[in-house]
Amino acid sequence: MQSLSNRKKVLEQKPMNFWERIYLPAIFKGLSITIKHFFKPIPTVRYPEVERPYSKNFRGQHSLKRDEEGRERCTACGLCALSCPAEAITMISAERQKGEEHLYREEKYAAVYEINMLRCIFCGLCEEACPKEAIYLDGPHVTADYLRKDFIYGKDKLVEPRFDYKDEHEPTA
Amino acid sequence: MELAFVIEKVLLVSLIFVITLVIAMYSTLAERKVAGFMQDRFGPDRAGPFGILQPLCDGGKFFFKEEIIPAGAHKTLFILGPTIAIITACIGSAVIPWGQELTIGERVIELQVTDVNVGVLYMFGVVALSVYGIMLGGWASNNKFSLMGAVRAASQSISYELAMGLSLIALLMVTQSLSLKEIVVQQEGFVNWNIWVQPLGFLIFLICSFAECSRVPFDLPECETELIGGYNVEYSSMKLGLYMFAEYIHMFVSSALMATLYFGGYNFPFMNDLGLSQNWITIIGVLVFFAKIFAFIFFFMWIRWTLPRFRYDQLMNLGWKVLIPLAIANIVLTGVITVIKDTFF
Ligand code: SF4
Ligand code: SF4
Repeated sequence: MQSLSNRKKVLEQKPMNFWERIYLPAIFKGLSITIKHFFKPIPTVRYPEVERPYSKNFRGQHSLKRDEEGRERCTACGLCALSCPAEAITMISAERQKGEEHLYREEKYAAVYEINMLRCIFCGLCEEACPKEAIYLDGPHVTADYLRKDFIYGKDKLVEPRFDYKDEHEPTA
Repeated sequence: MELAFVIEKVLLVSLIFVITLVIAMYSTLAERKVAGFMQDRFGPDRAGPFGILQPLCDGGKFFFKEEIIPAGAHKTLFILGPTIAIITACIGSAVIPWGQELTIGERVIELQVTDVNVGVLYMFGVVALSVYGIMLGGWASNNKFSLMGAVRAASQSISYELAMGLSLIALLMVTQSLSLKEIVVQQEGFVNWNIWVQPLGFLIFLICSFAECSRVPFDLPECETELIGGYNVEYSSMKLGLYMFAEYIHMFVSSALMATLYFGGYNFPFMNDLGLSQNWITIIGVLVFFAKIFAFIFFFMWIRWTLPRFRYDQLMNLGWKVLIPLAIANIVLTGVITVIKDTFF
């Protein structure tokens, strides 16, 4: 059949010529290639000891942010959970009580906030959906673990630690 | 036989045995390291610095693995297989001259376990025996794949033993002796090495050693893609370990044999012009000999990580139609040259 693309190449198997039949030239060629690689510098990064820097737009583990006064930004609106294609996020909301203003920025907050890291595909849609700039995928990659239940990250792992200077703003009880 | 002699030999045998085992052990590590470097990676380096504890870990793991003897297997032969493999691999080193003699006080110690005057033949016999280990193991497992592997091993080793023997005959025509010690002594210095008079013979011998050790490109008895592992599929735990060990010891002994026969054994260039005492020459000689052996072992590995496996018909073609005629031609050529040299010079 005529080839339409003109790129068709018919390969025929020719009988090997003398040099090919005694294998040796080809073997020497192969040997020279492998020995070249033997002395090449090795590109491996020895991981636990040496870490490669993450790229700037790397999407890693989520962190729930705090505002300038150290209060949790998240208002448990559930938009992130809604936007999540993997159904990885769940939360239980609660109402802020009197005296908790220094803990939560909005009147409603997430009492429980869980992300199942085995479901998450690190698409970053939760980050995009959040109206309060409360969630960012700016952490390192999620580390390995032994049990499935340990991959469900709660607030203890997600909420970013308080900054030190926030202490001054805390109302003295 | 005096007591001192017995003690000396026992010590020597144990020493060689230990060295052989250690080298075989570390060949496994070296193999993986070489593979790593050739593929632009590090190879195992987690167990101890540079991974030097890796062989110990592997060995330990072998001991803790469950040992399975298949229900349909012939139990005695199944156990005998790896036993024969490892024993034949180990006894080969008995006739190899590791060095000249050491003089300690009054005693002169030969660094060779025994100088049989048919050393070459002995080596040959041992090598030929080693295929029984594989054959018995493969047959006793009662598994099609292992049987196929065993059959391949047997036919391969018969085919290549022929060419190997023929290439050796040419060498023996030059050396006029079957004793390995004698052969090494003749190759004093550098210019007398047999490789210079028998390059073709060496090439054939080298190729055949690859086949005898069933190393790549001739590792058909155990090719994973066709035989899921070959003659040792049914083996687990330390029995499998013994088979692998035997293979590495085999490689070590083959390297030693090649260094002895063609590369002057413990001889090194200018050995008699340095003005050193006999003991020093011996010690350096032993080191040089081991350096040659390691070079060969490295070459074995280098080839392994370079070449693909032969197809079975290619293997047979190469053995019967190329190597054997070449070896015969080599014999004729050697004979002609010897005669010409004797009559005209
Ligand atoms: S990154 Fe994507 S998958 Fe992961 S929790 Fe956010 S929205 Fe869901
Ligand atoms: S993280 Fe953002 S989107 Fe998700 S519940 Fe909290 S405020 Fe809403």
